Amino acid sequence: MQSTAVITPSTLSVNDLPWQIEWDKNTCTLCGRCTSVCPVNAIELGVHRKRTVEALPGLPKKPTNSYSIYHGIRQRTDPAYRCIGCAMCNMVCPNNAIAPRLRPEATTLKFHNNRGGAARTRGGRRNDGGSLLDQIKFIRISMLTDPALDAGRHEFELRTLLGRIQPPEEGLAALAQNGWVPAVREIYPLMIGSMSFGALSPNMWEGLVMGVTYLNEELNMPVRMCTGEGGCPPRLLRSRFLKYMVLQIASGYFGWDEIIKALPDMKEDPCAIEIKYGQGAKPGDGGLLMWYKVNKLIAAIRGVPQGVSLPSPPTHQTQYSIEESVAKMIQSMSMAWGFRVPVYPKISGTTTSTAVLNNLVRNPYAAGLAVDGEDGGTGAAYNVSMNHMGHPIATNLRDCYENLVISGKQNEIPLIAGGGIGKNGNLAANAAALIMLGASAVQSGKYIMQSAAGCVGSEADRCNVCNIGVCPKGITSQDPRVYRRLDPEKVAERLVDVFLSFDTELRKIVAPLGRSTSLPIGMSDGLGISDYHVAERLKIKYVV
Amino acid sequence: MCRLFALSSRDPVSPMRAIEALNVMKEGHDGSGVGLFLSDLGGPFGEMKDAPILSGIFTDEGLKRLDAYMGERGFVTRKTLELDPRTKPPLGTPVRGSYIARAYEAPADLKAKSQAERELAYMLMRVELRHMGEDKEDIRVFSFWPDTIMVKEVGDPMEVGEYLGLDRPELACRRILAQGRQNTNYAINLYACHPFFLQGVCTMTNGENTAFVPIREYLLSRGFPGYMGYQSDSEVFAHIMHFTLNRLQFGIEYYKHVITPLSDAEMAEHPDQALLARIKQTCRKLIIDGPNCVIGCLPDKTMFMVQDRKKLRPGVVGGKPGIFAFSSEICGLDAAIPDRDQHADFQPMHLDTAIVRPQCQEVTICNQLQSLPRPH
Repeated sequence: MQSTAVITPSTLSVNDLPWQIEWDKNTCTLCGRCTSVCPVNAIELGVHRKRTVEALPGLPKKPTNSYSIYHGIRQRTDPAYRCIGCAMCNMVCPNNAIAPRLRPEATTLKFHNNRGGAARTRGGRRNDGGSLLDQIKFIRISMLTDPALDAGRHEFELRTLLGRIQPPEEGLAALAQNGWVPAVREIYPLMIGSMSFGALSPNMWEGLVMGVTYLNEELNMPVRMCTGEGGCPPRLLRSRFLKYMVLQIASGYFGWDEIIKALPDMKEDPCAIEIKYGQGAKPGDGGLLMWYKVNKLIAAIRGVPQGVSLPSPPTHQTQYSIEESVAKMIQSMSMAWGFRVPVYPKISGTTTSTAVLNNLVRNPYAAGLAVDGEDGGTGAAYNVSMNHMGHPIATNLRDCYENLVISGKQNEIPLIAGGGIGKNGNLAANAAALIMLGASAVQSGKYIMQSAAGCVGSEADRCNVCNIGVCPKGITSQDPRVYRRLDPEKVAERLVDVFLSFDTELRKIVAPLGRSTSLPIGMSDGLGISDYHVAERLKIKYVV
Repeated sequence: MCRLFALSSRDPVSPMRAIEALNVMKEGHDGSGVGLFLSDLGGPFGEMKDAPILSGIFTDEGLKRLDAYMGERGFVTRKTLELDPRTKPPLGTPVRGSYIARAYEAPADLKAKSQAERELAYMLMRVELRHMGEDKEDIRVFSFWPDTIMVKEVGDPMEVGEYLGLDRPELACRRILAQGRQNTNYAINLYACHPFFLQGVCTMTNGENTAFVPIREYLLSRGFPGYMGYQSDSEVFAHIMHFTLNRLQFGIEYYKHVITPLSDAEMAEHPDQALLARIKQTCRKLIIDGPNCVIGCLPDKTMFMVQDRKKLRPGVVGGKPGIFAFSSEICGLDAAIPDRDQHADFQPMHLDTAIVRPQCQEVTICNQLQSLPRPH
């Protein structure tokens, strides 16, 4: 800072920024890779003038000055160019000469990230490392009263059902009388949560679809992936792989022109239709695809002009009342596929979720309910929505399950839980905890991005620029110069790795519980936690 | 683990025969309790097959309340068997009162109703009596059903049997289920003692039921007042059988398809694939996850044994025409029917249901891979 420079309220120093670049002059080769890779131009070439005072001892001569110039890195302090901590500079540096360091106590930036009156938007999650799910323990261990199972060698049926399951009397009568039976899919209990074509780069999408296909066709794991709002590539719609996809319709109806057009050419029915009413990361907000990412392909699939932001309305425009709109929407979607495809709504976690659920209980076509808790991820949302809106998944799911138990419908409407599963890396443990609290299946998107594609986002506000199309890993970018960094084949390989290791871990949890022939949905007696109030609230055991 | 023994005999036998079999299996139970289900009775009760018999334990006060309750509903006592031991109870057995089996003449209006209505009325009365006695523990009822007597008590089976004097002609019967309890939960509640009875269905189980909580929640939410209790995780096996027979209208051959459905691969080859898949889906909450061996008796006096694939030491069934026994250990079978052809003993595996019909002529094995009789 020169003395003549103007200090404005938003003039920050490096020390005001949470992510600060450490650069080592001695090892830097000045190759320039870091500055060119930085997705947000937070670092630039620094031409530094250096003065050296040479003062000899005694006074034989007057001290002299010598001036030199050296080249290096300068971190920009303009909030618009703040370092996001992605560490791509470090990744490309041949000598490990540069790296961002997190200084959590440097909070000044938080007060200046609304330039021009634009509230901060970002991608990612709630930026809160805490996880109740991580605290839940599995405490009912089979040993002597019944034999422990061998997780490696025993046979396990870790599948779940997606679709409206009739009560036994009705289901058997329908079979005897050739009556209509709702479509039910047997699927793997970990679903890839909805991430739209548009939010994700084409390479990421291709990689996920390839991985899902491999899991299904080579490994016999019926893994399903939800499209998110934004349609589905036309070739995939007309391929036999559509059966592995859950098509999402949301309030913007983006991509549905293409889907409807493809209907007559579909070789297979999709796995299911998810009607998105809400999202855990930004409850009460519609989807958001910012203009940076709306390129020619995305615009074509979504049926919109290029380069415009696509904010979906917070609610479906057809919505009049919950009874009518949900029922109509489910009915319309069911009708489009001849009542052969399960249709279920997805809502964000909320205190009103049981009201939605009870409405679905009365609707014989409702195929399930997905509830997305506050820890869910998103490609783009207002910071305030992500950080402060929403309901934790654990109690919301538990309330829903207990409601179903009261009405005796616990086998009929599958609950799909999402939001923060595996947020600290404990995917299988979190998933199993939710299943034992009553979920039939769990959805995860962010963990899949982190594990299958190397997303560097964390709960410490790292990276989180999914919204502006500069994803340094090419996961959420629509710029081919960036997304070519992501090899779809490698994404597919990693996805398969993730599901295989998840499967092993899930067995390692259910086998000691003595469970192998059916998923332990609602087996709450096997769960414990060392927080008394949580134990009471979730009706699990309090253990210390 | 609890020890189980069941007898199906053409001619009435003393319940002590089953208790003696439990006694030789003593290594496996700790004498913490015994439960008996006696049906198809010989003796005087056998001559009043339609009269509902109330079995339970009553204090003097409880008996008075019982009489008032039954009197109000127009039930008249036809015969009472009172086991009122005068000797000191064995170690661990409390003095509770009178052990009663009392046959009633049902009121004429109830008799005029359909069998289903009568059966519902008996069940509801039993449940109501049970609730009446819960606070003061002056009334404990185990069954209220024609041609059925049940006894349950805490203590060593042999000692309790002798203490109660079970070797008496009134208790001779053709179907016996007997359980020697291994107390794994220390809450010695008489209602947690097997066998469990509901509307003519009676089962007993050994092994832990790992899926107990979801199954219990499911049964409790069926809206049927008989699905209650669950002091033991094994009670659900009786109620699932009741559900299979009464709600689904299936026969015994279907029970195993409800509790341990075939894997998808096995099912794909099955002639009744569509039906089995539907059962597996719609009754998913009734899938047990073992390891369990279930022995039971149905309202038509058919007896059966099933177990799941995790049961490491399966039970055994054997005997000779006229008498067959189901036992959790072979030594129990040896003690009860030593002169049988041991080579014909059968240990049902994970796909089998071993069935002995009331005629006691043979053991029929129903394998889950076989085609099923059509539901009627």
